[in-house]
Amino acid sequence: MVAKLVAILATTHHPFYYRTSQLAPEEAPPFAAEWVRKVEAYRQTLTRTRPDVLVMVGSDHMHQLWLDNMPQFLIGKAPFYDGNYYNEEREFGLPRLLLRGDEQLSAYMLREGIDKGFDLAFSNELRVDHSITCPIFTVRPQNDLPIVPIYTNIFAPPLARPERFVKLGQTIRELIDAWPSDLRVAVIGTGHLSLELGGPRQFGAHGPDPEFDARAVEWIANGDIDGCLANVTLDSLHAPGNATHGFMDFMLMMGIAGYNKADYADNLDLFHTMEAYFTWYPNGVDA
Amino acid sequence: MSKYLLNKFLFTIDRDPELVERYRTDPSATVTWWEAERANQLLNSIPGEASTWLSFTKQERHALSTHDHVALFEMGAHPFLTLTLWIAMFERDYDEPLAMQLDYAAKLAHFNRPYPDIAT
Repeated sequence: MVAKLVAILATTHHPFYYRTSQLAPEEAPPFAAEWVRKVEAYRQTLTRTRPDVLVMVGSDHMHQLWLDNMPQFLIGKAPFYDGNYYNEEREFGLPRLLLRGDEQLSAYMLREGIDKGFDLAFSNELRVDHSITCPIFTVRPQNDLPIVPIYTNIFAPPLARPERFVKLGQTIRELIDAWPSDLRVAVIGTGHLSLELGGPRQFGAHGPDPEFDARAVEWIANGDIDGCLANVTLDSLHAPGNATHGFMDFMLMMGIAGYNKADYADNLDLFHTMEAYFTWYPNGVDA
Repeated sequence: MSKYLLNKFLFTIDRDPELVERYRTDPSATVTWWEAERANQLLNSIPGEASTWLSFTKQERHALSTHDHVALFEMGAHPFLTLTLWIAMFERDYDEPLAMQLDYAAKLAHFNRPYPDIAT
């Protein structure tokens, strides 16, 4: 008996979606309706797979993890995770929430991940931020499933290299495929496309580098791990925007999905940063 | 020069609504107080186990005391920390959505890539 990996979702975590989607039609900006439609369509790609537990890959935006003790890769192991911080309520109007954890799966991933060569950090008390709560709002708003949060450092250099993110993704895939359990597992990860925060190219009408975004969407949709690795380094990721190292979380998700085209791929050109939505069904859509 | 200490200031102010207001209203006094009372406090520890060696340079003190986000960017303070705190303090002063963020960006327009190094 092993777990069934029913869906792999890789997407962005645009923090303005929640507030925008709640606005009455007369107050909503012109792009809101299309945004909501795309998100609701994307949600269906998860709903239809009837998952029991969610492994969620995100990145702490300097909320709980600090420079006095900065993990590169961390797995939460706790019965519950509070969600969202004061500055996210303040800036994005995000509500607080409480998520349940799956400690057995956390413990398994830590033990086996360490044995496979990743010296993983862990946390027994973790408040998760919008990198994890945004995909709950978009693809699992009922927040009814236990989670295993996995955090990656994409903000505080020195960072691990893109190859390492891919390798961690591949390792996570191996672990889930071998987990002795009868549960249905979905993995949801969020990352950045071209993005600038606190720099000259921020908050434009589009993301700072539409050319990078177009290539990135192609790599992800085609499962082109090698093409992506050949064109992405820690150095090269500064150019599309000073927060674009978050793209390595997409590369981690590509590592999970393997050399496979996405079964669902969509994107939306928006202010500030492009939205993107990818789903793979590693065991077929009716697994 | 301590990018770490600049970041620690921005981080600890931003997470506390009272400190956000104090820093907006009286940046100079807030920086003086913070350097004396908070700069050496280990975030996960008690006052008796404070660090002993952290302090700002004159330049850093001045940039923080004058809300100079351009100088902070030049010094390699983490741009995300500066931005988030500045939005908390100054977005309210602008009528149009995102006007504050675009004005903030315009003031940084003279920076070419590579941007100042933020590694601590």
